[in-house]
Amino acid sequence: MSQATEAGQVAPARLPPTVDTGAIAWLRKNLFSSVGNSLTTIVLAGLLVWLAVWFIDWALLKATFQAESGQACVGTGGACWALINDKLRLIFFGSFPYEEQWRPLLAILAMIAMLVLSCDRRMWNWRLAIVWAIGSFVTFLLMFGQIHIPVTLIFVVALLAGAGGYLLRRATAPDMERIAWIVLMALGALYLVLRVAGVIRGAAIPVAPFEYVETGLWGGLPVTMILATYGLAAAFPYGILLALGRRSNLPLIRALCVGFIELIRGVPLISLLIMASFLLPLFLPPGVSFDKFLRAQVAVILFAGAYIAEVVRGGLQSLPKGQFEAADAMGLNYAQKTAFIVLPQALRVVIPPLINTFIGFFKDTTLVLVIGIFDFLNTANAALVDPKWAGFPGEVYLFAAFVYFCFCYSMSRYSKYLERELNKGTQR
Amino acid sequence: MAIAQAGPPKARVAPWNDPVIRGWFFQLVVIGSVALLAWYLVSNTIENLERQQISTGFGYLGQEAGFEIGDSLIPYSPADTYARAIFVGILNTLRVSVIGIVLATILGTLIGVGRLSPNWLLAKICEWYVEAFRNVPLLLWLFLIYKLISDLFPGPRQAISLLWDTIFLTNRGVYFPVPFAHDVHSWIGVGLLVGIAGAWLIHRWARARQAATGQPFPSIWVGAGVIVGVPVLVWLMGGAPTAFSVPALKGFNFQGGIVIQPEFTALLVGLVVYTSAFVAEIVRSGILALHKGQSEAAYSLGLSRAQAMRLVLLPQALRVIVPPMTSQYLNITKNSSLAIAIGYPDLVASINVTINQTGQAIENVLIIMAAYLSVSLTISLFMNWYNRQIALKER
Repeated sequence: MSQATEAGQVAPARLPPTVDTGAIAWLRKNLFSSVGNSLTTIVLAGLLVWLAVWFIDWALLKATFQAESGQACVGTGGACWALINDKLRLIFFGSFPYEEQWRPLLAILAMIAMLVLSCDRRMWNWRLAIVWAIGSFVTFLLMFGQIHIPVTLIFVVALLAGAGGYLLRRATAPDMERIAWIVLMALGALYLVLRVAGVIRGAAIPVAPFEYVETGLWGGLPVTMILATYGLAAAFPYGILLALGRRSNLPLIRALCVGFIELIRGVPLISLLIMASFLLPLFLPPGVSFDKFLRAQVAVILFAGAYIAEVVRGGLQSLPKGQFEAADAMGLNYAQKTAFIVLPQALRVVIPPLINTFIGFFKDTTLVLVIGIFDFLNTANAALVDPKWAGFPGEVYLFAAFVYFCFCYSMSRYSKYLERELNKGTQR
Repeated sequence: MAIAQAGPPKARVAPWNDPVIRGWFFQLVVIGSVALLAWYLVSNTIENLERQQISTGFGYLGQEAGFEIGDSLIPYSPADTYARAIFVGILNTLRVSVIGIVLATILGTLIGVGRLSPNWLLAKICEWYVEAFRNVPLLLWLFLIYKLISDLFPGPRQAISLLWDTIFLTNRGVYFPVPFAHDVHSWIGVGLLVGIAGAWLIHRWARARQAATGQPFPSIWVGAGVIVGVPVLVWLMGGAPTAFSVPALKGFNFQGGIVIQPEFTALLVGLVVYTSAFVAEIVRSGILALHKGQSEAAYSLGLSRAQAMRLVLLPQALRVIVPPMTSQYLNITKNSSLAIAIGYPDLVASINVTINQTGQAIENVLIIMAAYLSVSLTISLFMNWYNRQIALKER
């Protein structure tokens, strides 16, 4: 369009604007916007292409995929994936009896299924407890092969569940449900009284479909997954208690929680693991010995609890004071206030950082190798020991790194997605 | 009609409903059960110690350690005491932590700023760097780097030499030349301190002048010149000694110069690349947390991208960055304990050998905890002080 400037004068037509959509415009805007930028792009692209060519050459073109021993790979100038091929089962399952290795494989799948189901927000209610109960039972049954469930344990759980349900629901539940909680509690109490009095003998329900495999033979990915998952799952309730204790206005309890959290967070996990392997045997009465795997699990739980407590504290601090005051004004007691008002709001805020904590612990379980437990990284190390395959550590570590990356990266993507989802209500 | 009493009526509450009494009751119950548990553990421990005839107390610290330490900042031999061996370990932990903190901060800041670059390729590469290093365990990186160093670098006889046969790369470490000890060296150190003090004074004067007159002064370049110049001047005045101890191959290994052990290199590189990925995320989110108007206002004032970053964006972003950065610095210190897995003799490694030799686990665990807690506390105190310095000064 032309513009009239003065009477009779017509301004010369301007050039049309440069394209600002399409591939060329994108390139110009993002890669070649200035001289410096263009230079950076060219140098980086050159480096990337050189690296990619070298990597494809090494990892695919010159690589050996099938071989009897490492001798076949020497001098090819390529990767020796035949080593991974040969040692795959050792890396994934450690020294689990060879014939029975379908069990840890199914256990891994069961745990992955359990974790994936837990990611679905529609499951975040009583269904989660059922998924975890079934998932854990299947996992440990497959790993151990035999589980003996003490009858006492069942009734202790009944007593605790009944008492908890009654305390929280007595004001709101219909009569039938209240009676059900009381009956559950009474059954548990009755059994325990009779058991202590000696009227009933202790018994166990054996579930023993497979051959028993002790924890000393466990290894590989199931060990890493069990240490991280159950370490964090067990640390979660006690981390919440620590966080509540730290925010409590009872001075002694607060001091106790602050002291514990800061002490644990101040020292490295390795020193705790060394401590667990040297000190736990000293702490227990003579004759009682503690399985090495369980020692590591206890150290991970102690450690994780302190970190979870700090994450949960962040959520507690983000709640406005009015929420606490409103709960007090409604006449709720401390347990009701915490269970119905405070925790549902506080935990919602901290779910994404909790997943990041989980990723951290998934990686930190590698440290258990210093006390001689065969986690995934340590079985990868074990694959290097075989003199038949000596001299190819890079391939094994790259493979292990790839497996860890798949787990951690997918969890971090999920945590990012969840953060967006959960903030939909507060952000536009 | 009775007249109402002044003041609120005193509520009569049963003792089990009085929050104060209830609070004390619960606290006593909790403290009591913790004390009971502690008593149980301690009595078990005493019994076990007696049964296994392990002595207690810190007396062993004065005994001869009898184990080698491959890498030490102070003179050490197996004939020295346990106390000295543990001290060597603490110094090694501090050395790798301090150097690691400095390098990870620099590298992490560069990558974090790189992720915000207008250049798409650079931003993507920085993003993948972060994802790759963050999502794989540090211990795996340490093993990989350590194996690569010992596999890719040749033995001393086929060492790769750099800079006209003065620096040698081998699988036993990197050998550097060092100047022979000379009296002037301590004076160069003094000169360096004087230079730093001078640069700081020049910087203050330049800021005061710019505030008063608006005249800028290139205080960074002048300051750098002073810091380098004064020690060089001292060196020249001291007769400019140029004698170097250059490493040379004698027999099966190099003699002379100084060596950086492969364990130290692997640990340092691993710590730096792993932590820098986290630092990059902190820096990036700190800059992104600023309101967009800040950068727009800086550009509309005519500042260049670098100036806007240095004068407007980074100082404000620092307030968001410093607290999480503190915990990353603590993480480096704690993660340096992974040294034990690749054989770098840090504090945990020294303590581990000591426990195995003396059997006195409790005392050694106490030493570990005290050492790490005091290092952590020092870093926290320093970073909190720095945080107060850069915090928004409000009335």
